[in-house]
Amino acid sequence: MRSVQQIIARNKLADGIFVVLGLLALFIGIATLLALIVDLALHGAPRLSWQFFTSFPSRFAAKAGILSAWVGTCMVMLVTAACAVPLGIAAGTYLEEYAPKNWVTDIIEINIANLAGVPSIVYGLMALGLFIYQFNLGQTVLTAGLTLGLLILPMVIIATREAVRAIPRNIREAVYALGGTQWQSIRDHVLPYSMGGILTGVIIAMSRAIGESAPIITIGALTFIAFLPPAPLQATPPFVSFEWLTSPYTVMPIQMFNWVSRPQEAFHVNAAAAGLVLLLMTLLMNGIAIYLRYRFRKRIKW
Amino acid sequence: MSTLLSVLSPRARLLRRIRERAIELVLFLAALSSVAVTAGIVGVLAYESYGFFQHVPLGDFLTDTQWTPLFDDAHYGILPLLTGTLVTTVIALLVAIPLGTVIAIYLSEYAPYRVREVAKPVLEMLSGVPTVVYGYFALLFVTPLLQKIFPSLPGFSMLSAGLVMGIMIIPYVSSLSEDAIQAVPMQLREGSYAMGASRLRTALSVVIPAALSGVAAAYVLAMSRAVGETMVVAIAAGMQPNLTLNPMEPAATITTYIVQVSLGDLPHGSIGYQTIFAAGFTLLLLTLAFNIVGQMLKRRFRQAY
Repeated sequence: MRSVQQIIARNKLADGIFVVLGLLALFIGIATLLALIVDLALHGAPRLSWQFFTSFPSRFAAKAGILSAWVGTCMVMLVTAACAVPLGIAAGTYLEEYAPKNWVTDIIEINIANLAGVPSIVYGLMALGLFIYQFNLGQTVLTAGLTLGLLILPMVIIATREAVRAIPRNIREAVYALGGTQWQSIRDHVLPYSMGGILTGVIIAMSRAIGESAPIITIGALTFIAFLPPAPLQATPPFVSFEWLTSPYTVMPIQMFNWVSRPQEAFHVNAAAAGLVLLLMTLLMNGIAIYLRYRFRKRIKW
Repeated sequence: MSTLLSVLSPRARLLRRIRERAIELVLFLAALSSVAVTAGIVGVLAYESYGFFQHVPLGDFLTDTQWTPLFDDAHYGILPLLTGTLVTTVIALLVAIPLGTVIAIYLSEYAPYRVREVAKPVLEMLSGVPTVVYGYFALLFVTPLLQKIFPSLPGFSMLSAGLVMGIMIIPYVSSLSEDAIQAVPMQLREGSYAMGASRLRTALSVVIPAALSGVAAAYVLAMSRAVGETMVVAIAAGMQPNLTLNPMEPAATITTYIVQVSLGDLPHGSIGYQTIFAAGFTLLLLTLAFNIVGQMLKRRFRQAY
């Protein structure tokens, strides 16, 4: 009897040790995240001022700001979303709702799984060879937006597929029973019901795109941009202009990379401030996505 | 066939069928566009690499121990870039695999529901932080910290970049491993408990072996991620090609070489320009190999039960 109790005690001890180990591992991960945020905040927060958001980069660290960077990021993200979202949702819908079981579908599926694992810098090389030197799009907002759009395309497709797959079969059958077509079932039922999941995936993908620097460096973003692309909305007719698409640009991560790579301490402070803004943007987007996922998961009961 | 359809005139029915097919075609083309992206990537990299290998024999590329394409005395040996990639990846995996696996086991076998609900999204945020921010953190926080322990550590080192990269890829290891562990049927655990095994014994001797291919897939995919990671290494490890396995030294990886060249201004079509595509092609082949192995392992664990 005694030895059984000893065994139980020993097992409980081992379990206890493992729980401590597990919590420790979790703690290391979370503590690093906290250290990173606190470090950025300590160095960068004092630099965050109205002036920092409304100034162009400068040779003088104290005068420099992120105006061209955050405006550039917003414009590039517009192009990215316009490219990846419709294409991704359409492709995801096709694969879940229409695709027959044949070798073409197999190729597309294998291809998407592999694309999701291609390093981002390789997309940059592709864009350099194709968009810049073949299509002559130049180092413009359009090139950057398209590159990042293709980069997040697999993520949007995968998110769409998962969301669409979660819609029960009988919803579609109800539509057919009423004489509706396949497209009507998708447009009026499947897509609206899976919008929550798709939106979550799109937001996470966009937050990834906002922080991407490697492909943007490869396609040659300039780091010293002391002007803004032309505004998309004009005061004079025709009111809408697409000139901004062909304008040179810089984006937040590139601006930050540029400041980090300089030896002077003062620029590192700017880098911290830019990093803080970038981090808040991505964490906010991730937070929204997690909240959305949580809400949709709770609400839906079939 | 149905009374409702017969309400429609034959013309309307035809239009409706055409519209349905047209929409299907458009959606199919969208799906096919992803294949076009792959074709674009492989096409561009292969084409430019072909130009590169017209000048540099494959044997030199694989065996030369120097990578100095932009010097007068140009050498094109990929080995220094490969060792840099290898060292940073190994350090990252030494951090991410133990931590990620322990976290996965803890979260799925031990943690109370509430801890899991909070810990998982927070962990996922680790992979959501922009890599350039991790680079800043590695260079200006982790390196000075390490220099207090190892005073001889230079300002740029593979050690610091690898450590930070390891933390960054923890979620890749932990979330996929956890999926695999969750997929192990409850009866296996109950059988083990019935034999008098403790939780830890059950986790290590029953659950992990049953989930092994999924856990292995998580490792391989994390490895592929580490090989392709760019910004952390570019910022914190320096960008000088250096044939060494010593993590305390600065070195370049395949990815940082591409960054370094892209920051300069190389004329289109020159051999210097082509080197980044040859390096990129090597990188693509490496990550592709890892991804294919990872997916095969993943499919195996999905089929197991």
